[in-house]
Amino acid sequence: MLKKLALSTAVGALAAGSALAQDIDVKLGVLNDRSGTYADLSGEGSAVATRMAVEDFGAAEKGMNVEVISADHQNKPDVGSNIARQWYDVDGVNAIVDVPTSSVALAVADITAEANGVLLDSGAGSTSLTRDQCQPTTVHWTYDTAALANGTGGAVTNAGGEKWFFLTADYAFGHSLEENTMAVVEENGGEVVGNVRHPFPSQDFSSFLLQAQGSGADVIGLANAGGDTVNAIKQASEFGITQAGQSLAALLMFVTDVHSLGTQTAQGLNLTEAFYWDQNDATREWSARFEEEMGSKPTMVHAGAYSATMAYLAAVEELGSAEDGRAVVAKMREMDIDDPLFGKVTVRGDGRAIHDMYLFEVKSPDESEGEWDLYNEISTISGEDAFLPMLDECDFSKS
Amino acid sequence: MFELLGIPPQVLLGQLLLGLINGSFYAVLSLGLAVIFGLLNIINFAHGALYMMAAFVAWMLLEYLGIGYWPALILAPLIVGAFGVLLERTMLSRLYHLDHLYGLLLTFGLALIIQGLFRNYYGISGLPYQIPEALSGGRNLGFMFLPNYRAWVVVASILVCFGTWFMIEKTRLGAYLRAATENPTLVGAFGINVPLMIMLTYGFGVALAGFAGVLAAPIYSVNPNMGADLIIVVFAVVVIGGMGSIMGAILTGYMLGLVEGLTRVFYPEGSAVVIFVIMAIVLLIKPEGLFGRTA
Repeated sequence: MLKKLALSTAVGALAAGSALAQDIDVKLGVLNDRSGTYADLSGEGSAVATRMAVEDFGAAEKGMNVEVISADHQNKPDVGSNIARQWYDVDGVNAIVDVPTSSVALAVADITAEANGVLLDSGAGSTSLTRDQCQPTTVHWTYDTAALANGTGGAVTNAGGEKWFFLTADYAFGHSLEENTMAVVEENGGEVVGNVRHPFPSQDFSSFLLQAQGSGADVIGLANAGGDTVNAIKQASEFGITQAGQSLAALLMFVTDVHSLGTQTAQGLNLTEAFYWDQNDATREWSARFEEEMGSKPTMVHAGAYSATMAYLAAVEELGSAEDGRAVVAKMREMDIDDPLFGKVTVRGDGRAIHDMYLFEVKSPDESEGEWDLYNEISTISGEDAFLPMLDECDFSKS
Repeated sequence: MFELLGIPPQVLLGQLLLGLINGSFYAVLSLGLAVIFGLLNIINFAHGALYMMAAFVAWMLLEYLGIGYWPALILAPLIVGAFGVLLERTMLSRLYHLDHLYGLLLTFGLALIIQGLFRNYYGISGLPYQIPEALSGGRNLGFMFLPNYRAWVVVASILVCFGTWFMIEKTRLGAYLRAATENPTLVGAFGINVPLMIMLTYGFGVALAGFAGVLAAPIYSVNPNMGADLIIVVFAVVVIGGMGSIMGAILTGYMLGLVEGLTRVFYPEGSAVVIFVIMAIVLLIKPEGLFGRTA
């Protein structure tokens, strides 16, 4: 009897297995900056992470044929748009992954909605992706400027940094980050005493730093990214600004930036990230595998490309098809995602992925035990506190 | 105390000094370009890439061989200069009889290749290079805190700039050089090895870029794009000063550093464009440049 039951279960499982193995074709396009300022924090690393996700998901064993291609958008919206169109219309791509640089991401989000594809955004920061320019086919996975403002801005203001001066990159992303952080500073009882908008990109920040010094602010908020942030911090230390008692708040900084600065210069900085390689066994294990291929530790953008792809593939598997982008994103919204790198994640009605964010402090050279041993974790910011509440008109789960 | 447009004089003084520091980089870089153009008639678009390369060489010397800043200040320009000589011998020398455009395209291509190679091996985020021990810290001037290293940058660049000018305009060697570019056949007939002189001149111009690169390494992030970001501005400086004018390149470099510094106070958003606005105006009014001899 028992034998019979076991046999029939096995047969049943086989039947179900073959029903599942219906050859789902999925094509993923990793679109990011592969040669410019953001090439290290996204670039080839995101393509590697996406391929790792396909492998770890066990796509082949589940009867899914997943192909991953990649291209360089050069941080130019027109270049990014052309590639996205070509991918959807000609090459049969189902989802576009990563897309840092907000201006490019916003353009690709529109095209994705038109083509009924899926945008799994990891690298871009603008909150517009899930607010004034929200789309039913966008999933914004890793971070946004509001989360950064809430993390670093809130922590620094509460730690006594009441008077702020902003050094802001003069383009959409910088403005958005500055605006979000100003709101958080004022909410926490702080005050904004001035700001200066610098051209993007800039090499020399001494003049702007001197203006910041003259403002009498406690904190100089750096609303910029990449090489600009690195240069500003380097020069602030050179001009004795940090030594004279003013502190710096790097509002967006990646582990690769800190690595580039070195702990000597970057020590003590507060920063907000969604992921750090040395958080737990799962992140360490994954990061070690990533490093084997890339030669460096992953940034949160790489981790986001991996996790978003995992969640996407799970949704496609459940649906049995990747053709209808809106349906796939709707399925992702229903799922309870328990991710090895991001923990518990839910995708909200507006496409914003809600997960914990972390406030880190850069270690001093004495504390740091290796090239990539860079952060101490200070606190966890729950997803609800980190991200902005959803706008009603962007809640696509209702329709 | 006087006040200019609501800016207190201390602030103004500080900004002028900072402008002078940035002008130092412009001056050394545009000087190298002017030497190469003035004496070889080559528009050297690889200048920025070679500047970046020297910063990387300084970093490598420290990282792999433990050789510090001071030896690197001599070694890196020599190494990059030697690389320049190699480029001149193997490629550029084949183009002398052709239009300027060919040299420009060749060096532009070389710049892209060099940058691409460094990007491939070292990534884009940049590498740390500390200020040498002897020059760390700074002094309070009353109106601003002047890091010792920046003061050194100004002194070193002024010495190098005027040394170069003196050598080319006032010495016998400089006279040979100028004569050799004016009429190579005639100078060659006097028994002077003209190709050798031209090769060494290119190497020297490149070494100047290398010197600026090492000067820049401790204050700017050492990354493959550092030259590309700067080279366009430096070309504008050379055009404003007058292509090929040695003194013009030096003075314009410092002057535009000052103008840019002031723009950063009065209208920071415009500081990236102000040099190009000046370039457009100069080209309209005096196409040969402020110090140019011929159009």
